[in-house]
Amino acid sequence: MSTSVLFDAPGPRARVRNHLLTLVSVILVAAVLYGVYRGFDAKGQWEGKIWEPFIQAETWQVYIIPGLIGTLKAAAAAAVLAMLFGAVFGLARLSDHAWIRVPAGLVVEVFRAIPLLLLIFFIFYLAPSVLGGGDYAFFAVVLGLTLYNGSVLAEIVRAGVLSVARGQSEAGYAIGMRKNQVMRMVLLPQAITVMMPAIVSQLVVLLKDTALGYIIAYVDLLNTGFKILPAVFFGSLIPAAIVIGIIYVALNMSLSYLATWLERRTRRSRKVTAGPVEPPGAMAAVGAGQPTGGGDLPIVD
Amino acid sequence: MDELITYAPELARGFLENVKLSLVALVVSFILGTILVAMRVSPTPVLRAAGTVYVNVVRNTPLTLVLAFSALGLSDQLGLVFSDQPETNSFWIVGLGLGAYTAAFVCEALRAGINTVPMGQAEASRAIGLTFFQTLTMIILPQAFRAVIAPLGSVVIAMIKNSTVATAGGFLADSAATMKIVFDTTGASIPIFLGVIAAFMVLILPIGYFTGWLSRKLAVVR
Repeated sequence: MSTSVLFDAPGPRARVRNHLLTLVSVILVAAVLYGVYRGFDAKGQWEGKIWEPFIQAETWQVYIIPGLIGTLKAAAAAAVLAMLFGAVFGLARLSDHAWIRVPAGLVVEVFRAIPLLLLIFFIFYLAPSVLGGGDYAFFAVVLGLTLYNGSVLAEIVRAGVLSVARGQSEAGYAIGMRKNQVMRMVLLPQAITVMMPAIVSQLVVLLKDTALGYIIAYVDLLNTGFKILPAVFFGSLIPAAIVIGIIYVALNMSLSYLATWLERRTRRSRKVTAGPVEPPGAMAAVGAGQPTGGGDLPIVD
Repeated sequence: MDELITYAPELARGFLENVKLSLVALVVSFILGTILVAMRVSPTPVLRAAGTVYVNVVRNTPLTLVLAFSALGLSDQLGLVFSDQPETNSFWIVGLGLGAYTAAFVCEALRAGINTVPMGQAEASRAIGLTFFQTLTMIILPQAFRAVIAPLGSVVIAMIKNSTVATAGGFLADSAATMKIVFDTTGASIPIFLGVIAAFMVLILPIGYFTGWLSRKLAVVR
């Protein structure tokens, strides 16, 4: 507790007070948990019957695993494409030529400000009339996620490159490197290390946002686990929500830990001249239209 | 263009529902977020742990799942009902669900704000004899508040955009649902899409610029 800016190291009286507070809060938390338990119990949510499907291998084989694969497939495809999109547009925004910089900036700002679900809906409805009939759920989810997260990643790339100390590029130019050599051999290697935590945090957002596919009936974990499964095993809705909730939280938290670990490694590293880029808080379907002028780090979310 | 004009009243009504949802969620998330951050920085390990668990679970769950669970689980199965009107009920379910979800992000923004205040500030104020309460209200909170404006602005913007996920919570009167219904009759229409996102941008961009401007203006120079 001595590390908090708010509190001094507690003396004897403060310690007694803290112990009392702890006692009261234990009772409070226990009361809340018991209230939830009783509420569930009153509606018969603890009956073995409705939890039983989740200990049968078949439930996992037929519903949960295929759904999980659907989620991971969409997330992987969108992650690769979004990183490409982000790299291209992030570097384009740094271009010296206004005719590249300005349109790229416009694209990035617009896609960051569109609510992702509206974008996915639009692509879902537009695709059949442009590309002919077929099932475009996967396509709409991946393209929507790519455009939105790619724009956020573009901002991260830009901030990462701008965060490298100026002396680095000046030194590069001084020894006679060309613009693309400076970018390729001096700035990017340092910027990528700095950007990694922010990129991984954004991938958590992307993984979470694949669940929007549920709304356009893409076969993902939320769809098989929360729509189809409770329809087959009547009454198992709440257990299903808890089980797939745990899967989502476990997936995202392990990715988040990777981001934290990378960030700590970046802070320790002496090879780079810049601190880690502000990781965008992991919030689903977001993207702040937060304008980031000049060399500001994007405080995207 | 004609399509946009024909359906403008419906789309505007949908957009208005998003604004109303956002207002409900704003109030809920700021109240709950403040309670959570108080828990997370409290000297009591139990409260800290409870706050941490809430924030981590909620932040790592897709909003779609949170809203779908609130509607189908909490409301339909467990009997959490606010109104006999299905539409009013789902409005409150989604508003509160979105608020509970956003609260985790509000909490993290506020906590990050408190953490930007250097230890030396608190130590100096204790050294000159300020009490805990004086330190909090005269030294730490004024600095933390300034650091928090821009991140909170981002959270609010994200929340407004997230209000379109209301469909997942069974609330079928918002922009996303209205746009979908219109598309079902007209087919995908570019003017309608542009109209809807323009409405969102008109709401979102000023918030971003204002909070960005305010945070730069009030920034604590260190």
